[in-house]
Amino acid sequence: MMVLITYDVSTMDTDGQRRLRQVAKQCENYGQRVQNSVFECLVDPQQFKELQLQLQKIVAPETDSLRFYHLGSKWKGKVEHYGSKKGYDPEGFLMI
Amino acid sequence: MRRLLNTLYVTLPDAYVGAKGETLIIRSDGVKEMQVPIINLESVIVFGYRGVSPDAMQLCIDNHVSLVFLTPYGQFKARITGETKGNVHLRRTQYRWSDNGEQTLLLAKRFLFSKIGNARVSLQRTLRDYPDRVDQDRLKSVLLLLNRQIREINNSQSLDELRGAEGLAARSYFSVVSEQILVNKQGFSFKGRVKRPPTDPVNALLSFLYTLLANDVTHALETVGLDPQVGFLHRDRSGRNSLALDLMEEFRVYFADRTMLTLINRQQIFPDDFVRKESGAYFLKDDARKIVLTEWQQRKRDEIRHPFFDEKIAVGLLPYAQAMLLARYLRGDLDDYPPFFWK
Repeated sequence: MMVLITYDVSTMDTDGQRRLRQVAKQCENYGQRVQNSVFECLVDPQQFKELQLQLQKIVAPETDSLRFYHLGSKWKGKVEHYGSKKGYDPEGFLMI
Repeated sequence: MRRLLNTLYVTLPDAYVGAKGETLIIRSDGVKEMQVPIINLESVIVFGYRGVSPDAMQLCIDNHVSLVFLTPYGQFKARITGETKGNVHLRRTQYRWSDNGEQTLLLAKRFLFSKIGNARVSLQRTLRDYPDRVDQDRLKSVLLLLNRQIREINNSQSLDELRGAEGLAARSYFSVVSEQILVNKQGFSFKGRVKRPPTDPVNALLSFLYTLLANDVTHALETVGLDPQVGFLHRDRSGRNSLALDLMEEFRVYFADRTMLTLINRQQIFPDDFVRKESGAYFLKDDARKIVLTEWQQRKRDEIRHPFFDEKIAVGLLPYAQAMLLARYLRGDLDDYPPFFWK
């Protein structure tokens, strides 16, 4: 299933900057960075739970936020792209 | 049944595959071209010479992602595998059965039964779909001969007898493959299977596809804990993945030969998509290789109802399904090994 993850991490202090880096790093392990704080992750339910728990451990709930959008397995019809950095389709033909 | 994960093909000549966290990063000329989480991958196939970092190799091994190196022409160079996995009892049974004449003969029969059965289906389909464009009599006489060889195979008392029947069947099947090629017949003339090296475009295409198939089958066998090197029909030879070759028999026609026909008949591949080396060997050109790989991946995503599991699975999972059934049979959970039949 495809999950879209967006986040807002307050970078007022160095600890916030560290949290931002860690959130991004964690998301990279599970999906593709499509915009600055936006990741598309193709995961199974177990992998999603893992990721969710890890992210929740990193963020500070009073200042930061995480949003998860569940696009399901038929996500392709729900996503449109316009402009640069089209990215790759993780279920498509991966060739470089 | 497991999920069909993706295969990453690295074909840029100067691409270097590195690791960062749980992802693979592919750089070309120092510029990041792609970053893919390892959890989305099943295998990585590298056609270039620059290579893969030890970290990236480790990441692949830890996540059971097969990592294969091919030459730009698709010849196999190396495979990186981690520790031997799986159950030692299963492998011991495999070795014992491989030494046992009776068990060996039975399994070899199953593999060939499926191979020739599937070849027959392929010819029947051509006959049904293009009755006006093929030499019907020629195809029908080969079909009769294949039927006879299937019976021979069932009645064989020894591996030698079996190989004889299979050789005859394979030769007559390949003798009419040219009938199945409907366009560009001149450039794609095919008189029979020639390998190491392939000396015409059709053979070059087949060799390339068989290499891809062999990698998938080997990986599938390793995944279920079988030793790809110890076979039944194919005997031990150092460096040869005999069991992979055995299991491949079930898929050669269904996967590789049909893909070759599709590519040629749909006019995706043309005779001038090949280069002829001084040695007389033919190889796919870079752009054409891309087309073949795209079609191959596409094909793996098609769905088929598996005759034994009676459930829809991705075609790319067929090698796993059969490897799993073979392991179950070796463990004694099944009374017989059901090979893959195309209907």
